[in-house]
Amino acid sequence: MSAQERKTADISVTLSGLRLDNPIIPASGTFGFGEEFAQLYDINVLGSFSFKGTTREKRFGNPTPRIAECEGGMLNSVGLANPGIDEVIGEELPALRKIFKKPVVANISGFSIDEYVYNCEKIDKEDQVGIIEVNISCPNVHDGGMAFGTSPESAAAVTKAVKAVTTKPVYMKLSPNVTDIAAIAKACEEAGADGVSLINTLMGMRIDIKTGRHILANKTGGMSGPCIFPLAVRMVYQVYEAVKIPIIGMGGVSSARDVIELMYAGATAVQVGAANLVDPYVCPKIIEELPKLCAELGIEKLTDIIGKAHNN
Amino acid sequence: MKKDFMQTAVITSNVRIAKATFEMKFDCDATAITAPGQFINIDVPGYFLRRPISVCDAEDRTLTIIYKVVGQGTDAMSRMSAGTELNILTGLGNGFDPERAKGRALLVGGGCGVAPLFMLAKKLVRLGKAVDVVLGFNTKDEIFLEKEFLDLNDLYEFGCEGFDEAYYAGEIYDKETQPDKDRLQRGKKPEVRVAVTTVDGSYGIKGFVTDAIAQMYGGEIPYYYACGPLPMLKALKKTVGNGGELSLEERMGCGFGACVGCSVKTTKGFKKVCADGPVFPAAEVLEEV
Repeated sequence: MSAQERKTADISVTLSGLRLDNPIIPASGTFGFGEEFAQLYDINVLGSFSFKGTTREKRFGNPTPRIAECEGGMLNSVGLANPGIDEVIGEELPALRKIFKKPVVANISGFSIDEYVYNCEKIDKEDQVGIIEVNISCPNVHDGGMAFGTSPESAAAVTKAVKAVTTKPVYMKLSPNVTDIAAIAKACEEAGADGVSLINTLMGMRIDIKTGRHILANKTGGMSGPCIFPLAVRMVYQVYEAVKIPIIGMGGVSSARDVIELMYAGATAVQVGAANLVDPYVCPKIIEELPKLCAELGIEKLTDIIGKAHNN
Repeated sequence: MKKDFMQTAVITSNVRIAKATFEMKFDCDATAITAPGQFINIDVPGYFLRRPISVCDAEDRTLTIIYKVVGQGTDAMSRMSAGTELNILTGLGNGFDPERAKGRALLVGGGCGVAPLFMLAKKLVRLGKAVDVVLGFNTKDEIFLEKEFLDLNDLYEFGCEGFDEAYYAGEIYDKETQPDKDRLQRGKKPEVRVAVTTVDGSYGIKGFVTDAIAQMYGGEIPYYYACGPLPMLKALKKTVGNGGELSLEERMGCGFGACVGCSVKTTKGFKKVCADGPVFPAAEVLEEV
């Protein structure tokens, strides 16, 4: 080991008192409940991970096809396919405990405030859950999901309702499909949110020019991948100016460079989404690369750069 | 942990074998493909999502795929030359179960769906089973693999005389590929028969695969294995029944079960085409559930 390597940068971060070995968290919907990836690498190298968005009932999701591609990214209209909260608690979490020894981020969805409350109350009792990430930004379901994340009032109402039933840190996952994301983040903060995570996918559409028909059966889908990264940086930057609570940043992150950039904008931790689907080893690669990149950039402590772009 | 899941595969050949249809061969560790009907997921430079393509054949260090140019990604693939390195995920999905067929198997392929049946036919032949292959295409220009299926008859050369002995001597066949004993005891050479259908009648039997099947069998239809377009699979279920296995196709995000993009409703609940399939028992899929 060379002298340079011995002076490894500290890449640990803390979210609402929860210390993560590193800021890397695979994003909900791209990592299932960890099982597929645990066959490929030891997932305990991750900071944490956010499991598949969970609703009260078991859901098939939207009709297929529900995957499309675009330049530098993809669209999905999966529509919250998940086993339902009871099966998640009864089967997925016990299975997860065997392969993942760290606190996990529980991604919770709903179609009504009652459902968010119901799910959060249940997941609150699970020891392995370190953070509850409340998804008020799914663009692929009607009468729920994003409907709660597009106005400050409804975002605040969900925040307040779930905060009342859990003592775990609550992070509201925000939609980029809004005019003023900072106002929504602020409303969540005022309603008691412990943090915010952003951005969810952008609503998009693809049409097959051979048939003139939509590629996605749902017509629209959430766009993700490197093509949305600059937008994520901008939104994290804006939200950082508006709130004091920590931000989990995401949106098109696929390298250690992206992680550093998003942290400069204001993210305390960073989620990696679509990149997991095309390179299943991307997270361990980023985690390995981060200390080296920090050394190269003269960063001794990763937390030192959080939001630093605002002072420069 | 899965070994050799991600590999660098070197293209050794990439040739047009029919209208808009190409055969690509790779030098890589092909042993991760353990069952016919499994697929690989190819990182095509310049495109975000990988291209899932079923495996046509896999032996030691040679992996063969046959793909149709249907969009920009496969078009880019068709222009790649030998020596090009591609990143692939391999050993994906669950394939056909050759053990299920008794003395004779029926293989039904439509268009590009013909490709994975080749490796299956080879495996069945090595198990000493007779194989009937029905290949469906729109028109003559699209036909591929007809000769290659017929050539599998030569694989029986060991078989007919001393086939049994060779197996028990462990020289040719390993424990997994046990020949069909009933057939051998009857002392008859198993065979590969191939029927081709074209919708426009430009070659072989005019019509669909189901028309050929109706002509071929007076009585009982053997256990079948099918891969092809959805209307073909539905027609098969309707006319031949549930005594077989179907390989389904769906637009995939990851190909290894993470994104849940390619879900399908089955009689046994929601399944992922990529990780639980793509091959399913006919009785479990394309049902009203």
